[in-house]
Amino acid sequence: MKERFLDGDPDAGLAWLRADGPNSDIVLSTRIRLARNLRNFRFGTRADADDRGEVLRLTLAAADAAPSLQSGRNVTVSTLDDTERQLLLERHLVSRELIGGEGHVAPTHTALVLAPGEGLSVMVNEEDHLRLQNIVGGFRLRDAWRDVERLDDEMGQRVPYAFHPEFGYLTSCPTNVGTGLRASVLMHLPGLVLTQEIAKVLQGISQVGLTFRGLYGEGSDVVGNFFQISNQTTLGKTEEDLIDHLQRIVQQVVQYETQARSVLLRDAPTVIEDKVWRAYGLLRHARSTSFEEVMNLLSGVRLGVGLKLIENVRVQTLNRIMIFAQSAHLERAARGRLPEGDLDVRRAAFVRGVLAAEESGAANA
Amino acid sequence: MLCENCGKNEAAIHLTQIQNNEMTTRHLCEVCAETMGLSSGGAGPSAPLADFIAQMGKAIASETATTAGTCPSCGLTLADFKKTGRLGCARCYSVFDTSLRGLLRKLHGGTQHSGKVYLPKDPTETDRTARLVSLRRGLGRAVDSEDFERAAALRDQIRRLEAGQEVQG
Repeated sequence: MKERFLDGDPDAGLAWLRADGPNSDIVLSTRIRLARNLRNFRFGTRADADDRGEVLRLTLAAADAAPSLQSGRNVTVSTLDDTERQLLLERHLVSRELIGGEGHVAPTHTALVLAPGEGLSVMVNEEDHLRLQNIVGGFRLRDAWRDVERLDDEMGQRVPYAFHPEFGYLTSCPTNVGTGLRASVLMHLPGLVLTQEIAKVLQGISQVGLTFRGLYGEGSDVVGNFFQISNQTTLGKTEEDLIDHLQRIVQQVVQYETQARSVLLRDAPTVIEDKVWRAYGLLRHARSTSFEEVMNLLSGVRLGVGLKLIENVRVQTLNRIMIFAQSAHLERAARGRLPEGDLDVRRAAFVRGVLAAEESGAANA
Repeated sequence: MLCENCGKNEAAIHLTQIQNNEMTTRHLCEVCAETMGLSSGGAGPSAPLADFIAQMGKAIASETATTAGTCPSCGLTLADFKKTGRLGCARCYSVFDTSLRGLLRKLHGGTQHSGKVYLPKDPTETDRTARLVSLRRGLGRAVDSEDFERAAALRDQIRRLEAGQEVQG
């Protein structure tokens, strides 16, 4: 099952883009990850090359035999070039830590095992030996949990996990110990930002033990009104409790966002329509755009689609632009590195092309 | 562009707001945005960890006299941990038990794991019992919340485990 990531399915790990999950105009995707370590090996920061090599060998053997990962693919991240690594990051399939920071040599013996189905994967030799992850489209915490829990059982039967009767699953960072579970939901909240309610909502979120981050996880900025909301604590509550709690709060935020959107439409229809169509116009006609600009404009268009002001663009098309208008994806399409200016020009051309196709598709329908 | 709040730092966050049918965009630096609760960077999960590490510093000061302070398996010292915030191996959790306990309580509100119980490939009777207890607890909760799909899955797992079979896969 070994192959180079880029030789395979061009949409690998991107099933969530289909936007067919519940509330998918507001909740883009749901992700659950479990941090696990192998007993008798030093954790990430203390592990030497021998430890890492052995952890990788044992994990790949276990993954090969695990039913959930059958017919999947192994990607040896340390052998990929910069663009390929960046591409995995742009798909949210690996962490920055796994691929090594910009200008840094990638850590050795790192791998990604990706199941063929939706978004189930295993990162090997990150901060923890294993990071089991599942990304699904829309607001589907329980679905995401069911599949990653099954994979956890399958892997745990094949490699011995570090588990402590009191502290639970042992992790490199004490913020992850216990369940090792981080559940996050990626939300688009332009209504709350425009009505100035967002600060209150985010404060409320942190008061109930949840946390928020930007699009690319810890330390990243909030771009395009996209917020990732996740549980903060991992020890002392069951996985189901953590998930149910997040489920309830996110459900509330979805309601607040929906209310905020109706308030906007009622009190400031002209401003909203203008904002939405200006965003669409720029994406549809600009000749050079940075990715950040694309994200901010997509937010406007997505709001327009959600409010049914724009009817010929599908949410899944906007999701596709979000991923494929990123630099490594553009370079992959161009089959080589591109200078900064060229990238912005190609990005604009790509977005124009996708939207033009969508318009003509809608016209033909 | 400079932050319109403090006028000193470069604006990093551009916030569009609507009031009385008028749209305005505010340009703020990260510090001001964070003060207003609008930034993701500082308010994220790094904050409790920073507290945690600071607390760890105090723990080191008070405990170096009473603990060996070095993990025999991976060589990690409390000072290393203070620097990186990462533990080195499973053994560290026992070696630094005293220091960790208070800090885990501060981070998570408790120290007792109540989630899924790991069942290794060749479980001992204790492993098996612990897992059964946790599965039965889950079954009770699933029934209470009328999540019958999950309840059925848990019941099957309990039956397989009682019959001495592997849990899954």
